[in-house]
Amino acid sequence: MAETLKFHYDVDGDNFTSAGAASVEVKRKLRQLGLDAETIRRVSIAMYEGEINMVVHARGGSADVYVDKDGITIILADRGPGIPDIDLAMQEGYSTAPDNIRALGFGAGMGLPNMKRYTDEMKIDTVLGQGTTVTMKVFIHPANV
Amino acid sequence: MKIREIASLLGADVLCGEQMLDDEVQSACGSDMMSDVLAFVKDQGVLVTGLVNPQVIRTAMMMDMRCVVFVRSKRPTPEMVDLAQEHNIAVLASTSRMYEACGKLYAGGLGNGVCR
Repeated sequence: MAETLKFHYDVDGDNFTSAGAASVEVKRKLRQLGLDAETIRRVSIAMYEGEINMVVHARGGSADVYVDKDGITIILADRGPGIPDIDLAMQEGYSTAPDNIRALGFGAGMGLPNMKRYTDEMKIDTVLGQGTTVTMKVFIHPANV
Repeated sequence: MKIREIASLLGADVLCGEQMLDDEVQSACGSDMMSDVLAFVKDQGVLVTGLVNPQVIRTAMMMDMRCVVFVRSKRPTPEMVDLAQEHNIAVLASTSRMYEACGKLYAGGLGNGVCR
């Protein structure tokens, strides 16, 4: 693709039932663009975990996705409480999710580690009391095009 | 293993995806924690779970799974079945418990595939 494609979504923080809808939509668009299945899956999982995080911890936020010839950039921004200790949050199994979220199958402490696992680059900018922005990049492997 | 054989082995009702019953799946995973499914599953076509909420279907969609089996007599909501149907995922419901369902499928030849 010659130019960068941009997609914007508002993530509703009050509705766990609909969480993940933006990721589903992005997955559909990437399929339409003809990207390879593995790249699409990595983007989908990373964004889905991020979306769930925004709903669980930050009452929602926004998701912006940019697609160019090199890869896919996902920027998830919220105005939630921020992350006090990023190293701790990145540990597999560490979670601050409430019990009602665990009962729904999430909150195993795998969200941020999964997002890192499935992306090539991940950056977390967080300010306590103001919010968190997670920027993730998945490169399109030349062999996969 | 065909999805039809999964339904047969587990005595499961087919709630949607009748047109996929002859599709082949290579492996499965059983979990009630969707975060763990997203973390550890790779190339597995079937999710066996006792958890009932729409995120189960979305997790299966994200992982490119073909079939979700609800165990312990759990029944998905009509909205969940619609969501699965829309995205070409077969939904089965069995009275088997998780351990029994996984055991029957594994013994029947459905492995756990390649884990990360």
